[in-house]
Amino acid sequence: MNTVDAGLLSAAGLLPDASGHFGRYGGRFVPEALIAALDELDAAHRHAMADEAFQAEFGRLLRDYAGAPSLLYDATRLSEEVGARILLKREDLNHTGAHKVRNVLGQALLTTRMGKPRIIAETGAGQHGVASATAAALFGLECVVYMGEEDTRRQALNVARMRLLGATVIPVTTGSRTLKDAINEALRDWVANVDSTHYLLGTVAGPHPYPVMVRDFARGIGVEARRQCLDLLGRLPDAVCACVGGGSNAIGIFHAFIPDESVALYGFEAGGDGVATGRHAASITGGAVGVLHGNRTYVLQDSDGQTVESHSISAGLDYPGVGPEHAWLNDTGRARYEPVDDAEAMAAFALLCRTEGIIPAIESAHALSGALRVAKELGPASTILVNLSGRGDKDVETAGAWFGVL
Amino acid sequence: MTVTVAFEKARAEGRAALVGYLPAGFPTVEGGITAVRALAESGVDLVEVGFPYSDPVMDGPVIQRAGEIALARGVRGADVIRTVEAVADLGVPVVVMTYWNLVERYTGGGPERGVGAFARDLAGAGGAGLITPDLIPDEADEWMAASDEYGLDRIFLVAPSSTDARIAMTVAACRGFVYATSVMGVTGARDVTSSAAPALVARIRAAAALPGTLPAEQPALPVGVGLGVRDGGQAAEVGSYADGVIVGSALVGCLLDAPDPEAGLAALRTLTADLAAGVRRSVR
Repeated sequence: MNTVDAGLLSAAGLLPDASGHFGRYGGRFVPEALIAALDELDAAHRHAMADEAFQAEFGRLLRDYAGAPSLLYDATRLSEEVGARILLKREDLNHTGAHKVRNVLGQALLTTRMGKPRIIAETGAGQHGVASATAAALFGLECVVYMGEEDTRRQALNVARMRLLGATVIPVTTGSRTLKDAINEALRDWVANVDSTHYLLGTVAGPHPYPVMVRDFARGIGVEARRQCLDLLGRLPDAVCACVGGGSNAIGIFHAFIPDESVALYGFEAGGDGVATGRHAASITGGAVGVLHGNRTYVLQDSDGQTVESHSISAGLDYPGVGPEHAWLNDTGRARYEPVDDAEAMAAFALLCRTEGIIPAIESAHALSGALRVAKELGPASTILVNLSGRGDKDVETAGAWFGVL
Repeated sequence: MTVTVAFEKARAEGRAALVGYLPAGFPTVEGGITAVRALAESGVDLVEVGFPYSDPVMDGPVIQRAGEIALARGVRGADVIRTVEAVADLGVPVVVMTYWNLVERYTGGGPERGVGAFARDLAGAGGAGLITPDLIPDEADEWMAASDEYGLDRIFLVAPSSTDARIAMTVAACRGFVYATSVMGVTGARDVTSSAAPALVARIRAAAALPGTLPAEQPALPVGVGLGVRDGGQAAEVGSYADGVIVGSALVGCLLDAPDPEAGLAALRTLTADLAAGVRRSVR
């Protein structure tokens, strides 16, 4: 039988520390009212990590429901264009079209184990909302999704998807009415309903244990890819590239490679109109260390510490913070983080469409564009693994407008 | 006057202290100063000045709205300090309430930035301490040191969901008073006061009474109860079991809902007087 390694057990022994710190990053900066629920979640997560029954059930769901392990694809036509061997980790082929299904299945399974009947989630463009609604339907959980009012209009199709799946979508009209305000609103709901409700956070940010828990559910990407690379190449790749918004797909593919010192890790943040313009979502490259949404990390903020709005053509990367483990990987030099602006990402988007017949998510196109840059650096003998974290169906309207083909 | 003396004075009068909150910079910096002075002159024993933040996860719609207005008009750290300074001479102690990133990133215009600069400027303006809704003692090493250095009170929150062990740990870290959030939820006036609050106050007092929890120089720690109080009747009810009654959204609402600033100030004075009468008629 084809078994899927959920990647859980081997995560032990690395950071964070017992209270959720990656060096100076991470931790818990939340109202005391949430600490009991975070402690409960932390205990449930730790127990699940050590529990083979949980691992088996999660692995079964990933295989039979999500389609894992996702393919590793040797993109030969793209490689010819790029001048280095490019391997694509096809997370876009997962059920719901992105890597996010791994995290929502893991957290939904934990929710049932904690005996909670209700989940809440935040969403920007709607991808995590759709994934959460999917998992809620699968597990028979009540699901409420908070989404910025502006986004509910721009992403009406995803709102419809969530409603078809049985979720309630609540438009958020406070603050800047974007993803960060949807997170604030979800946290407010959670404080008030914490006994019955699990907050199914969509990325490796938030207060401890979210950064480590979401990582553990996503790290199967790298576990699979590492084995697939060894099978295909007989060795490890020279570099791994991923896009970074909150950073769940990036940490998911990086984590299994962190001990492999020969493998360079590259995270590509959304450069928007260019970091110099101030209109971007590159928290590490263009932000400063601060506290946002419960953890210490790099934050886009003004000189007083007020969060400033992020900008990116890719809704999934449009967030003014980044997971604390990325902040730590950056400072230690283990991973490098660079911005890719909108135009560079869209050029890579077009290249993949025409060379391989794959329409990527615009998020993933940032990783691809970064890989082109890395290929120039490492040369034609190099092999570069790229996390193709999601498919581009959701982005057809944006891309169609960008290229003037609508 | 210090926070401790303000609570002792109320206790000597056989009543709970009234604690009132208003954000700095709302509706404008000058208007906010006028409003906070009106609050201090209308019968509160302790003033809380809010430093509005872009992502106030602990706040309900009323304080969020006021904060958004203040931020849209560009309220900054130096304005908050100026607001504190402008009420500190009225004989009512003033504490600041804000989210941690604003303290960590504080710049008062001088070359230094951060927790130490904030503590120095707050103490220099005559401020008495800081309430930290999203900072738990577990993450507060830098603030513990800075508050000791500048002699500032540090008010952490406890909640109905807090374990006894966490209550004891939090009480031991507090100075001035401890802030008991009466309900599991965000700030905002409510029709009925919390049924969980009396039990929480009793748990806090039990923790504070344990030998070794409080330092010798602070033998008792007053318990303030916040979230949901909107009128004198509720203040009387909460004042019957708590050492302090904390009111925020209802006061902010006076200014937010008023047709003009004068009407807002009048409503603020009326409500504050009603609340002050409430804590004076509690049966204790």
